Amino acid sequence: MASSNDNPALLDIAEVSKSFGPVSVLRSVSLQVAKGEVVTIIGPSGSGKTTLLRCVNFLESYDSGSIRIDGKEVGFRDGGARQRRSERDLAAMRAETGMVFQSFNLFPHLSAAGNIMLGLTKVRGKSKTEARSIAEHWLGRVGLAHKADSLPAELSGGQQQRVGIARAVAMEPKILLLDEITSALDPELVGEVLAVVRSLAEDGMTMVMVTHEMAFARDASSRIVFMADGGVSAVGPPKDVLAAETTNERLRTFLARFRASHF
Amino acid sequence: MLSQILYALPFLAEGFAVTLWVSLLVVVLSLVAGVLLGVGLVYGPAPLRWAVRIFSDTIRGIPILVLMFFVYYGLPAVGVHLQSFWAAVLALTLFKTAQVVEYLRGAIASIPKGQSEAAMAIGLTFRQRLTSVIFPQAFRRFLPPWINGVTDAVKGSALVSLLGITDLMQAINQIIGRTYEAMPLYILGALIYFAVNYALSYASRRLERRFAFIRD
Repeated sequence: MASSNDNPALLDIAEVSKSFGPVSVLRSVSLQVAKGEVVTIIGPSGSGKTTLLRCVNFLESYDSGSIRIDGKEVGFRDGGARQRRSERDLAAMRAETGMVFQSFNLFPHLSAAGNIMLGLTKVRGKSKTEARSIAEHWLGRVGLAHKADSLPAELSGGQQQRVGIARAVAMEPKILLLDEITSALDPELVGEVLAVVRSLAEDGMTMVMVTHEMAFARDASSRIVFMADGGVSAVGPPKDVLAAETTNERLRTFLARFRASHF
Repeated sequence: MLSQILYALPFLAEGFAVTLWVSLLVVVLSLVAGVLLGVGLVYGPAPLRWAVRIFSDTIRGIPILVLMFFVYYGLPAVGVHLQSFWAAVLALTLFKTAQVVEYLRGAIASIPKGQSEAAMAIGLTFRQRLTSVIFPQAFRRFLPPWINGVTDAVKGSALVSLLGITDLMQAINQIIGRTYEAMPLYILGALIYFAVNYALSYASRRLERRFAFIRD
């Protein structure tokens, strides 16, 4: 597993701050993610994890700081003035990241294959035939080759989320963002989704994920980031961050409460 | 009695043709105007949003008959003289447009925010998000109330008879004036309106099934 010091960061979040009105949700957050790394963000609800993830593909704007992918600022134009990118530029930047959502957000009017093909044809400019074969390849990867023509409503939650993952990775993003992707699933369906994430990690996909699946975070992550009150409170290899004897008060409370409710 | 009605049939048919023509004009014009204004209301800049909101709220707060008389008898005061037919079509279209605006706003608002976000996340531009993700879904939710509105437009077109236009309603009234056969003629008229609207509702149900998110 690569560490952020080996090579220049693929994702460079530098001193990002954001508030919703008087509420400060991100306080000068900095985080570098190297190519091939799997970084998991944990923390209590309201700590800013999801907001941070949504800033990376500019679904949310931020007030100050910068977020760069491959050295290129995501939401604002290059150069000194902080000027929001044009709609077209933003779309192009967002196509460099993939996102999988807690609530799946599949397009209900399109089949499983159609969901994957939309970005391939409209954004990547591929032909229908080519897009279809890419879609079938990825549906095969997530174990749903036989469901290509099913509508989302005809799939189980776990199957929908696997289509959601296939839709994101088929675009060949530089980074995959996973936002609590198993939180809306019945417990018995969580495993099939995590298995897909694990296999992507083994392929070297760079991932940033927010999750409450601690066992999975421990096993699959290169590093774990613990966020509290909108800031990075602890960061390091899983065994360090999740160690029971940590001296970080907030982290210890979080882990203790977590253990009490989940084990 | 029967022979009198048979004798009047061509006249009724002409009236029916006017009813269909008025309805078609109103439905098509209000659809185009309502969709444009509705998109403006949801996605437009603030001044446009306000203008559409004021238009829609005002028009929907006025009885359709008042609106029609206002256009026909009121507008000449400011130098706008319309033939009774076009005054009626304009008034009905304004009324229907305000409804279409609201149907469309509701349909778009009912699409979960996550749909836009998922579309953004794969890199679709604003226009692509609308045409490939939002509108196809909004269309399905727009269709049922809109078809209801179309049947209302057919029924509401009977009001044009009050400006002296010989539509189906007026034709029936005139034949009754000559024959004094009120009951059978009103029943005949009701059946014709019903047949048109039933056909529309039937087509609507077929369309809704055709575009359902779950196949039978």
